[in-house]
Amino acid sequence: MPFNDIGLASGLLCGFLFGYVLENAGFGSPCKLTAQFRMSDWSVFKVMFTAIVVAAVGLFVLRSIGLVAPGSMYVPPAFLGAVAIGGALIGAGFAVGGYCPGTSVVGLFSGRLDALLFSIGLVGGTWLFAGSFDAVEKWTTAGESTAGDTLPVALGVPEWVILVAMIAAAVMIFVIGGRIERHFNGPLDASAAMRD
Amino acid sequence: MNTPNKACDPRPFWPPLVAGVALGVVLLLTFLLTGHGLGATGFFTRLAAWTGGELAFDATYNNVYLGPLLDDGKPMSSWITWQIIGVALGALAASWSTGRFRVRLDGTHKTGRISRGTLALLGGVLAGFGARVAAGCTSGVGLSGTATLGVAGFVFLGAFFAAGLLVSRIAKGGPQ
Repeated sequence: MPFNDIGLASGLLCGFLFGYVLENAGFGSPCKLTAQFRMSDWSVFKVMFTAIVVAAVGLFVLRSIGLVAPGSMYVPPAFLGAVAIGGALIGAGFAVGGYCPGTSVVGLFSGRLDALLFSIGLVGGTWLFAGSFDAVEKWTTAGESTAGDTLPVALGVPEWVILVAMIAAAVMIFVIGGRIERHFNGPLDASAAMRD
Repeated sequence: MNTPNKACDPRPFWPPLVAGVALGVVLLLTFLLTGHGLGATGFFTRLAAWTGGELAFDATYNNVYLGPLLDDGKPMSSWITWQIIGVALGALAASWSTGRFRVRLDGTHKTGRISRGTLALLGGVLAGFGARVAAGCTSGVGLSGTATLGVAGFVFLGAFFAAGLLVSRIAKGGPQ
């Protein structure tokens, strides 16, 4: 593995499961998503870090027992300035608009018209980028790190140490986030997300 | 017999730990099937190329960034398009089956409808532009990139959350 299957069926299957899980997590709701930034609902941190740890540990185990070939998974290039600029813009867009690109699709297909507007904005933002490409092209490769694309290589630390640190961070998020949530009125539930 | 009200109540969301493990398993499955993770903005880039080609073909075709996507005449034909169609169907199946599907403009409890709509559009523009600079979004770089322990994924998430926390203060908490 991997099978490197980029056909229609594999896309539909992975996408269907992705959308099904995101909606059930409550991530079609812009109120629940942005409550993370108001600190009153830590579901975004909890779900994302759990998913990252499960997938990262899964890949590590499958590679260790020889089922997955080393270096066979796509790793984004370390243009650290580019991802910092882009990540900040997406975070800002999320805070004012209520979604990120993937969750706007989930919001739209749970009936939300504000998610449709956000998606139209995404296309507009892409046009804006393409129209100013000559000026902003250098941002897309800004801050290239030559230390290595992955954390174990860049830091010179064994992979299992990084994974243990990530598991510890995920546990901390559940403990600390849970406490802060209770200080507010607890996470936004499905009934509150549906209220008029 | 259920009480009449029961049918109107939406089913609860999954607990974060359950949703997180499920999302991790789906992400792992995607890596094993395709060799890469889940994404979203690759689709919106192709949608921008396709709609641009329909509305203003010459300008889009001559654009350095979007033009190459029109070369084969099928800008939408890609794995990421099938994946996003899947996301739409999966979200529809989940929201419909749990009583959580309803057509409405959401997030209007503290702001007017016009202002909510405008901010949703503006947020989309910021995120659409940012996703092209980062060559990916919360799914592609933040989630999938971090799962492969990519340094870019961790830096993306740090910048995403820092900017989100800051801008949320300025935007009076965002949609509620």
